[in-house]
Amino acid sequence: MLQKDFAVRAEHLGKTYRLGTTQPRPSTLAESVLTRLRGGERRTDTGRFEALDDISFEIPHGEALGIVGRNGAGKSTLLKILTRVTAPTRGKLEFRGRMGSLLEVGTGFHPELTGRENIYLNGALLGMNKAEITRQFDAIVDFSGMEKFLDTPVKRYSSGMYVRLAFAVAAHLETEILAIDEVLAVGDAEFQRKSLDKMREAATQGRTVLYVSHMLHTVKTLCTSAILLERGRLVHHGSVDSTLQAYSSSFAHYAAMQEDPENRQGLGDIRFEQVWMGTEQLASGDDFEIGFRVPPAARPLGVNPYWVSAHIVDEGGTIIAQCDSRLNGMTYSADRAQRGRLIVKNLWLKPGTYSVDLFACQAGGVQDAWDAAARFEVLPQLRYAALAASDGMDKGLVFADFQYEAGAR
Amino acid sequence: MTQTTLIEPPGRLNLPRSADLWRARDVVVRLAQRDIIVRYRQTVLGVAWVIIQPVMSAGVFSLIFGSVAKLSSDGLPFFLFTFVGTLSWNLFNGVLTRSAGSLLANQALVAKVFFPRLLVPISTAASCVLDFAVGLCVGVGLLFFYQVNPGWAVLLLPLWALLFALLGLGVGMAASALTVKYRDVGYVLPWLLQILLYASPVAYAVSSVPERLRWLFEANPLTWYLNEFRWSLLGVGAPPLWQIAGSIVLALLVAFVGVLYFQSHEREFADVI
Repeated sequence: MLQKDFAVRAEHLGKTYRLGTTQPRPSTLAESVLTRLRGGERRTDTGRFEALDDISFEIPHGEALGIVGRNGAGKSTLLKILTRVTAPTRGKLEFRGRMGSLLEVGTGFHPELTGRENIYLNGALLGMNKAEITRQFDAIVDFSGMEKFLDTPVKRYSSGMYVRLAFAVAAHLETEILAIDEVLAVGDAEFQRKSLDKMREAATQGRTVLYVSHMLHTVKTLCTSAILLERGRLVHHGSVDSTLQAYSSSFAHYAAMQEDPENRQGLGDIRFEQVWMGTEQLASGDDFEIGFRVPPAARPLGVNPYWVSAHIVDEGGTIIAQCDSRLNGMTYSADRAQRGRLIVKNLWLKPGTYSVDLFACQAGGVQDAWDAAARFEVLPQLRYAALAASDGMDKGLVFADFQYEAGAR
Repeated sequence: MTQTTLIEPPGRLNLPRSADLWRARDVVVRLAQRDIIVRYRQTVLGVAWVIIQPVMSAGVFSLIFGSVAKLSSDGLPFFLFTFVGTLSWNLFNGVLTRSAGSLLANQALVAKVFFPRLLVPISTAASCVLDFAVGLCVGVGLLFFYQVNPGWAVLLLPLWALLFALLGLGVGMAASALTVKYRDVGYVLPWLLQILLYASPVAYAVSSVPERLRWLFEANPLTWYLNEFRWSLLGVGAPPLWQIAGSIVLALLVAFVGVLYFQSHEREFADVI
């Protein structure tokens, strides 16, 4: 608390959203008058959502901090408060030096403007002054590899070119503090490597980096310390390894919590009762089966059929596959109990632990979202005919069923 | 020594920090530049539109109000008279309309990056002022053509332009903040402005209004500004002193209230928009 050399300091930071203003909120004057007449105003007051609560931490200068947590844990809200896009409801936050943000690459790019014009516009929006941009201009262009297209309106760019240019501008921000929200997942592998290097460079030059991600391996390579958020609260602050450990051990606890429908998100008229796996250990490429049981809807619904969607999620939080029953032309009727089954074939998962997030949805919205409804392990038994050193298979998210052939021409 | 920034929950009176505004001045320049470039890119006539628009509407006005309705123009050539009216009205109308819609038009920016949001409506004024400047050149040409000499009062023109634009900007800023919550504003404003256009002496002189209704027109603040423009450009008599004083006070007051209202909602824009 004394004269320490901190870069960012948060004290009891909290953010409350009134659900009345984030969910079907009145967007015209007439509607707002109507809800007030119906006495709806009272209801919105009780519907509060604590996106963040009592967050305190201090980051010394030159640290690269990873902010990890599951979806909806409050990571992005925290970053938005840090970058002043939105205001906190409670507490205070202090930082020293200029804060640059990379919340979404390419915000402020205008399709009608040329690459050159967009560099200046975007640079200014990100907080660079004219002299800075002019000085960095060549470096930005060089980094993006877009010299030839500088005077072409960006609406004629391919999406890849667009992102490259946008990232190049952002990467040349020279602020003392840099806040980044998962922007590394853009571009081809080569460009991703360049981007990661740029981030690492920022961290080693004594700048403070705040990096939000649920891709744990990039946090591991980039950060020197990390904090873990869970349902809006800070539950761990320490080294990257200890935080990632806390993250995975909190998983069992989290999964147990999710078994109670009260803790799950969704409208709640339709709720899964039970979810199970045919087998919880399988070899890569084995067919596997997820069963679920759903009681009839709690009340008669206007829209009756619902569909089920399962996400296969790896340990890092990346969704590997989405299996949506609509793609089978399959929906379930809500007015009677259902016992359903999903069979996944030909998915060559890599060895590791996976979880299944299960959703029941209707056209009106998500009825039930059961995170980590099931969990299974893929054993390191490979389907490939031959063995290879690990460098032959450690890239990529999944294995593939492939075949090389040779023939003389 | 690096500066320390403190972020706290917004208070009731959330005045913009002048240091923040100054540091973000490049943003205004770039946003204004963008508006101007984008407006005329991929148009065949390009900047010529700036001239065509006021000339055409002044032409239509003089045809209807001058030749058909035979209203008074205080003895001046009717086209010149309505052109000056249209020019000043367009300044007010343009600044108001564009600034009112500016936050919604820049939704992505407001929700994603930080900079003083006040700069968004302010930056839109630039393109309107540019339009006005170009139109003014045409106006000066017309003065020579019709051989009208406005006299020394022309020196006050920048002041009237500033006040009229400020009035529009004040209303526009408040409207833009209101639009974030209530989209109704976007429907009501054009309609209101349309009515105001005909209720204000843009295309006719106050002297052509029947005596018993004249007080109503004199009480309309827009009349004050239009009279001032005509005084400075056409050399008609100076408006009464109370109108001049009123126009100054009103413009400053509206701009101030506009900024206050805008700022009191600024911190919630990203959550609501």
